[in-house]
Amino acid sequence: MIEVRWHGRGGQGAVTSVELLAVSAIAAGKYAQGFPSFGPERRGAPVAAFTRIDDKKINVRSGIYEPDIVLVLDSSLIGLVNVVDGLKPGGKIIVNTHKTPEEIRKDLNFNGSVATVDGTGIARQEMGVPIANTTMIGALLKVTGIMGLEAMKESVEHRFGRLAQKNLNAMKRAYDEIKIIN
Amino acid sequence: MGKRVGLEVTVAVAEAVALCRIDMAGVYPITPQSHIAEHLSTLVADGKLDAEFMTVESEHSAMSAVIGASGAGARSYTATSSQGLMLMHELLPIASAMRLPITMAIANRAVSGPLNILNDHSDIMPQRDAGWIVVFAENGQEAIDLSIQAFKIAEHKDVMLPVSVNIDGFQLTHMVEPVEMPTQEDVDQFLPPFVPHATLHPARPVTMGAFAMSDYFTEIMKAKDEAVKNSKKVILAVWDEWAKMFDRSYKPVETYKADDADFLILTMGSMGETAQLAIDELRVKGVKAGLVKLRLWRPFPFAEIKAAIKNAKKLIVTDRAVSFGGPGGPVFSEIKSALYAETRRPAIYNYIYGLGGRDVTVHDFVGMFEKIIADTGNVAADTYEFWGVRE
Repeated sequence: MIEVRWHGRGGQGAVTSVELLAVSAIAAGKYAQGFPSFGPERRGAPVAAFTRIDDKKINVRSGIYEPDIVLVLDSSLIGLVNVVDGLKPGGKIIVNTHKTPEEIRKDLNFNGSVATVDGTGIARQEMGVPIANTTMIGALLKVTGIMGLEAMKESVEHRFGRLAQKNLNAMKRAYDEIKIIN
Repeated sequence: MGKRVGLEVTVAVAEAVALCRIDMAGVYPITPQSHIAEHLSTLVADGKLDAEFMTVESEHSAMSAVIGASGAGARSYTATSSQGLMLMHELLPIASAMRLPITMAIANRAVSGPLNILNDHSDIMPQRDAGWIVVFAENGQEAIDLSIQAFKIAEHKDVMLPVSVNIDGFQLTHMVEPVEMPTQEDVDQFLPPFVPHATLHPARPVTMGAFAMSDYFTEIMKAKDEAVKNSKKVILAVWDEWAKMFDRSYKPVETYKADDADFLILTMGSMGETAQLAIDELRVKGVKAGLVKLRLWRPFPFAEIKAAIKNAKKLIVTDRAVSFGGPGGPVFSEIKSALYAETRRPAIYNYIYGLGGRDVTVHDFVGMFEKIIADTGNVAADTYEFWGVRE
C-alpha cells in the first residue's frame, strides 16, 4: 500500500487532486481512499489531504501518520509546516518549486529522495492559472509509478470537460520535467 | 451487477437514494451531511430525479415536511447530523407513532458543546427511544446498500416505521472509495413502488396523529414497541433477499474471527474495519482475539449478541458517546443489561473513544486488548474508561 500526504493551502485544490487520483486508481482496478484533513477549511491556510492506494481492499480508516510519499503543492509551507513529519524511512518528498532537488534537500535538512518540478510555472503556461494541483499528479505518478498518466484521462475529462486536455498536458509536462535525486 | 467506481460516500448515498425513486426530499444541509443534500438537489435540478426537493429553513422543518409528505403517500427522505438531529428530536417519536416509513441518513457527528463538527455517536444516542429502526454502516458500500434496503424495510406492511441509516461523519462521508453502484434495473426489481396504508387527501379525509389520553396511551405505546420488535423479521428477510440478489450479506450482529476467541471487542460503525486489522495483528502474536460488530441498534438483537459472545472470557465494548454520570457508554450499558441474566458471561470492559473526531488507530485497538489481558483479576471489568484521555 502506498500512503501519500499532500500539503497545500486552502483553495489550491489538494482535495480535488486526492479525489481525482483515487477515482482514477479505482477505475484502473485498484483500491484507493482519498480524503481531506477533517475539519474546517479556510482559503490560504495550510491544509493536508491524503491518498491510500493498494492492490487489495483497504480496511484501515485512521489518519495517515507515516506516509510513503509527501507532496508539497506550495513550497512556501516549507519551514512553516514540518512537511517531512513521520515520512517513512526510504520515503520520498515531491515539491512544487523552481528550486533544484539539492536546494530543497538543504532547505529541509533531509537526506532522503527529493523530487522537484516547477508545477506552478507549467500550470501558468499550459492553463493560464497558477494552480498546480492537477499538474503535480503527473509528478506523483512519475515518482511512484502507481499507474500511467493515461489512467487519469477519464476522471480529468469528467471533472474539467473542455479544460481537461490542458490539465492533462500540464500533468504530462510535470511527469517529463520532474528532477529526482535519491 | 453495478460497476465498481470511486465516489465520495455522501455522493454515492445520494445516488443510491435517487435509484430508489423517492418522491420527495426535505433536507437542511449541515456538515458533514451537506453533500447528500447538495447532490440530491443537483439530481433534481438536472432532471435526473423526478422528485420534489423541498428547501426548508431548519431541520425541525425538514422532519415536519417529510412527516407531512409521507402522510400524503410520498416516498420521503431526509438526512441530517448532530445539532440538526437534536433539532428534529421532538418530531422523531411522532414519525414512528404515525407509522410513517420515512428514511433518514445521519452523518454522525459530535453534539455541541464545545462546538465540534467531527465524528462520534453523541447525536444518534439521545434518539434511542424514538421508536425508529436504527442501523449503522461500516463503509461506503454498506452506506449505499443500507440506504436502499431502508426503504424496503420501512415501507413493508408489517413494519411501517421510520429508519435511520447511520454513516460516520468524515471517516465515511468524506471518503472517496470504491463502491459498487447497483443498477436502476436491480433497484427497481428489489424495491417495489411505495403503497401507503393510508394517505392524506382533501377528497378522502383521515386523521393522522390523533390525540390520546390515559385511556389509550399505554396501549399505543405497547403497540409501537411490538411494531419495532416485530420489524426484525422483515429486516432479516430483506437482508436475505439482498444477499441473494447482490451477493453482499447483512446481519444484525457480524463477527470476525470471533468463534474461538477468548477476547472480543465490539464496535459500531466505521471503526470495525480498523479493529479488524488489530485482530489480525494479535492473531499473528498468538492472541485469540476476535471482533463483534453491532449493525442493528434498534430493534436490539439480543439473541445474536448472546450467541456471538457466549464463549469469550473477556469482552471490550466500545462507545462513541458518553452517558454523563451514568453506568458507562450507551452501548456498554445495553450489552450489560442484555447479558445480566446469563449464567455464563464474559468480563465486560468499556472504552469510550473516538469522541469529536479523535482518531483511533490499529495501535489503539491492540492497546485495548493488551490492557484487558493484563487485568488478570478483572479489577477493571464492569467499569468504563475514556481511552487515551489526557489528564
